[in-house]
Amino acid sequence: MVRIFKNLEKRDFWIILVIATLVITSVFLDLRIPEYMSEITRLVQTENSTMNEILTSGGHMILCAVLSLICTITVGFFSSLLAAKFSRTMRRKIFEKVESFGIAEIKKFKTSSLITRTTNDVTQIEMLLAMGLQLLIKSPVMAIWALTKIIGKSTELSLVTGVGVIIIVVTNLTIISIVSPRFKIIQSLTDKLNGVARENILGVRVVSAFNAEKFMMKRFGKVNDELSDIHLTITKTFALFDPIMNFVMHFQHLGIYIIGAMLIIKSNMMDKITMFSNMVVFSSYGIQVIFSFLMLTMIFMILPRARVSANRINEVLDEEPSIKSGDFKGKTNEKGTVEFRNVSFKYPDADEYLLKNISFKAEKGETVAFIGSTGSGKSTLINLVPRLYDATLGEVFVDGVNVKDYDLHELNNRIGYIAQTAFMFTGSVYDNVSYGDNGKEKPSLDKVKEAIKIAQGKDFVEKMDKDYKAHIARGGTNVSGGQKQRLSIARAIARDPEIYIFDDSFSALDYQTDAKLRAELKKHMKDATSLIVAQRIGTIMNADKIIVLDKGECVGVGTHQELLKNCDIYKEIALSQLSEEELQNA
Amino acid sequence: MHRNQEKSKDFVGTMIKLFKNLDHWRYLLIIAVLFAFSAAILSTIAPNRLAGVTDVISAGIKPNTKKLEKISKTMYHNALDNYFTVINPQYNNTNNNSNSATDNTEKLINYLNKLTEQEKRIIFTEIEVDNVIISTEDQLKYLEIINTIDKDTVIDDLLVKMDDLPDSIKGLIEPKMNTQELKRKAIVLGIIYLLNSIFGYAEGIIMAYVGIGYARKLRSDISHKINKLPLRYFDSHEAGDILSRVTNDVDTIGINISDAVTSLVTNVTLFLGSIIMMFVTNWIMALTAIASSIIGFALSFMLLRISQKYFVQRQKELGNLNGHIEEIYSGHSVVKSYNGEEEALKEFNKINDRLYECNRKSQFLSGIMQPIMSFIGNFGYVMVCVVGALLVMNNYITFGVIVAFMIYVRLFTNPLSRIAQALTTMQSVGAAGERVFEFLEEVELSDESNIKSKLDRDNVKGNIEFKNIKFGYSKDKTIIKNFTASVKSGDKIAIVGPTGAGKTTMVNLLMKFYEIDEGDILIDGVSIKDLTRSNIHELFDMVLQDTWLFEGSVRENLVFNNKGITDDDLWKVCKNVGIDHFIKTLPKGLGASVGDSNTISSGQKQLLTIARGMIEDAPFLILDEATSNVDTRTEELVQKAMDKLTVGKTSFIIAHRLSTIKNADLILVMDEGNIVEQGKHEELLKKNGFYAKLYNSQFQK
Repeated sequence: MVRIFKNLEKRDFWIILVIATLVITSVFLDLRIPEYMSEITRLVQTENSTMNEILTSGGHMILCAVLSLICTITVGFFSSLLAAKFSRTMRRKIFEKVESFGIAEIKKFKTSSLITRTTNDVTQIEMLLAMGLQLLIKSPVMAIWALTKIIGKSTELSLVTGVGVIIIVVTNLTIISIVSPRFKIIQSLTDKLNGVARENILGVRVVSAFNAEKFMMKRFGKVNDELSDIHLTITKTFALFDPIMNFVMHFQHLGIYIIGAMLIIKSNMMDKITMFSNMVVFSSYGIQVIFSFLMLTMIFMILPRARVSANRINEVLDEEPSIKSGDFKGKTNEKGTVEFRNVSFKYPDADEYLLKNISFKAEKGETVAFIGSTGSGKSTLINLVPRLYDATLGEVFVDGVNVKDYDLHELNNRIGYIAQTAFMFTGSVYDNVSYGDNGKEKPSLDKVKEAIKIAQGKDFVEKMDKDYKAHIARGGTNVSGGQKQRLSIARAIARDPEIYIFDDSFSALDYQTDAKLRAELKKHMKDATSLIVAQRIGTIMNADKIIVLDKGECVGVGTHQELLKNCDIYKEIALSQLSEEELQNA
Repeated sequence: MHRNQEKSKDFVGTMIKLFKNLDHWRYLLIIAVLFAFSAAILSTIAPNRLAGVTDVISAGIKPNTKKLEKISKTMYHNALDNYFTVINPQYNNTNNNSNSATDNTEKLINYLNKLTEQEKRIIFTEIEVDNVIISTEDQLKYLEIINTIDKDTVIDDLLVKMDDLPDSIKGLIEPKMNTQELKRKAIVLGIIYLLNSIFGYAEGIIMAYVGIGYARKLRSDISHKINKLPLRYFDSHEAGDILSRVTNDVDTIGINISDAVTSLVTNVTLFLGSIIMMFVTNWIMALTAIASSIIGFALSFMLLRISQKYFVQRQKELGNLNGHIEEIYSGHSVVKSYNGEEEALKEFNKINDRLYECNRKSQFLSGIMQPIMSFIGNFGYVMVCVVGALLVMNNYITFGVIVAFMIYVRLFTNPLSRIAQALTTMQSVGAAGERVFEFLEEVELSDESNIKSKLDRDNVKGNIEFKNIKFGYSKDKTIIKNFTASVKSGDKIAIVGPTGAGKTTMVNLLMKFYEIDEGDILIDGVSIKDLTRSNIHELFDMVLQDTWLFEGSVRENLVFNNKGITDDDLWKVCKNVGIDHFIKTLPKGLGASVGDSNTISSGQKQLLTIARGMIEDAPFLILDEATSNVDTRTEELVQKAMDKLTVGKTSFIIAHRLSTIKNADLILVMDEGNIVEQGKHEELLKKNGFYAKLYNSQFQK
């Protein structure tokens, strides 16, 4: 918790100091007010006081109120400045940190959690700074100060105030202790409710096909009831809050009056008026004391939440990205080569290796394909080239230089990577295809058009409203899976890289488009090296080199025909898709 | 969240709907409102009663100076009488003609005071005032004290001296609090306070039931609605949006509607009540209190308006930032490998800066509302005191009235800001309600209550005829142009074609997920228009491309809504699909939970959905790209298992991979919504037409 505030700058501490000073000043002024009140009360009660005296006291009181108002407004100004600035900094720091992460870290935290950490959790801390800071300084100072004001004056009346405070604190803490664990349950039940409704919506065709509507509603109903019941408990508990607060404050007031009256009866004539004004003072200070204890308990409500958020933020900031950029930026002897030397890979926490002792070299202009069943490690293997992960053992070379030595940007400039799931950014078709930075100028519109044409996207893009300027919605929801795949291939083409990496990037295309696209690619990127991961034999059978993977091991290297002869696994895969005869003819 | 801040388009209309839907809780709501109203009334009465208590108490502080005068008068009269009769009877005659009586008395008193102790003892005989006997001793002591007082004596000293007075006199002039009255008034006030709290609690509890019950009902309404909507709806609406209605919007309504309603009732009552009570108590003071608060109100309303603007802006920017972050985080690998970090950070900083600005402003403006309100309270307090003091001095009002007004000022200033708050809350309730009702009022699937014909699942033969079908998801775009085909009982039908040819659409039409625009589909000669959707669904097993499973055990997922399925049945099917071994390796076997996607790969999930489809065991089977997530070797195994199961069943298979459907009895080749070719695999290849081209593209260089 404390650690997160180390992110404050030096200047911010001065601001906090100013805030603290002003808060204390305003407490001082606020506590003067009841004194003037009692003064006014006394003056009104005493017969031969003049109007002038009342006006003077009233004037002082208003002056105090005005000064206190100015203080609080200034405090408000500074604390909102502090909070907004801090949250801006934190958001930026988290964002930068996440950008430096590799896939491993993203997977560890989960994207959705990183999003809430960047926004919601920061907002929690911001709230703490904006309101909690004032509260944190104000309420103890107020409580103690107000107590000292009354404590010497009358034991009996102090006792009444004390009882009020105790009741308030106890009920408040009880309510918090009942409610706050249930808030956590609510959070998880809301997630569950969301989940059940989500299941229903996403599976609406299945549900309908199985006539399972009632079944799904029952599932939803169960969570809905659970959630509502807990909500009810919480709301019912909270319903106690206001009445009890009112009750305590009212009865404290009344109690002070009654005990005050009794004391007045008992006291000497001389003390009666003093006693009376004491009584009035107590009734207003008493409320101040109770309020400040109320505020104190509020902090108990804010603090735990903020602490959870602070920890979540710290976790992100403390995470060291496992992939660190090297500093090699110079010229290389080789161009367009990729080499794996005895590469093995396993996830940091895993026991089993996902890739075992892989070695191969792709020369300039070659196409190397990877095939194997689900879970054989194909995608993992090619992810090692752009350093989405780092090899656990062995080395990966691009253009003859170890990928770990490259400046990451320099490495990425040489690579055109097309991920398994095509990702679209909000913006135009042009923005999406020209995305990123490859150390050269942004690709021109013509270049983008050319790239889209190669990627077989010309037809559909030009049919879109505003063609190349057409808007792509968030997540690419207004284009189909196949279209997204073609645009992301175009994105790689527009980068003009030395090495293409296709991670199962043709899966959403039908055979015809797939074939045409590959033919066009071949024509336009003669010099470029391609690494292709695919499921379909048809996609890869013309590759210069096919690497067959099974359970992380390389079980065959060669051309289509060679592998058909000497690699059983390859043959099995091929036969599951095409007949013997077809394979021979192809 | 940011949606809640949006202003609704038809606020009044939505509010009417909201309250119409609350009809079920009408009586509870009325009772709660009555409680809130009564509590508020009690709150406005209380200060007036408190004033009474204060007056009783303050009546007990000041010494009774009139009584003091009476005592000294009686005392001197008695002394003078004695003096004239006992010591100097002539004196009376000599001075009898004096004109000024007071002059005389004063002189006499001065004279008496100068008498010797001895003489005083003789003439100040015992007297009786208000049934209290004041002895000679006491009178002499009184004289002694009184003589030290002159006109310049300060009040405090005066009071100190009074404390020294002999008990008999002190007892007479000492301020007397009417303890009986105090007790009575205090008890009344205590009861008012107690009732106030009890009513408040009762109202809170009732409203908790109403608000949460209402939210529960809205949620279950939405859940019902989800299953009554045509699929078409889900094509054009994101799941996230519907989900946000289920959770965020309903929560906004459930939590706020009860608060806002009672807050409005309470505070309007408090506001009007305190105005009335103030005028009832004292109109000058009432005007003072109102006048001194008005400027403050104007100011805070203005602030509320401005800060509202920044709040809306802030939610909007927060939404923008969220969107950007979501995009960059989820596209992380693209961002990284395309060196897009800087670009992303630049955009991020732009939004972050904008957010900072509105954050600061909205935070600041909303933060100073409270201090301003408390200043208004203080200012009003002073004004009330000053004006009150003036009136007290002129004996227009009692001190208790001031005390009452001190509270009225607070009672009066608080409600207005609460009312403003409640109104903005109502606005967000309105916006949320609008979104919920918009969803609940969507056009539902066509009514089927007048469909009487029914096909019996056990006696269906399985002939299906498609007649000149025309269909488009939207009116301006026809997907299926003229589809005609007839399918014989027990056939295995494959539908193939390039992406967008309309394969899945045909299945959607057959399952009556969508209504056909033109043409007809006949099952055993009965038009599907004359069959209910659930009847049709009963006839079909369906396995889809997306591997939809719900969170629960493997068993629950496989059984789904089928009844009377034993574990043995499950194992049999699992064996056929080839996942029995996999299930056995799971920690709890059939009881293992699916949903946490880490343990089960998408291929295995797909196998589970196939098993689920087989358990239903209906006369027709539809496989819509059901094996696309499975690698080709596994697919072959599944295919074989299914072929065994589909013997005698009419089945439809949609496939990307043409290898899977080579043995189909009939292949329908679709392109742009039409059947362009149909026949068996070999026949079609020989034709060397569209199918052959499609098939051979697999091997193209």
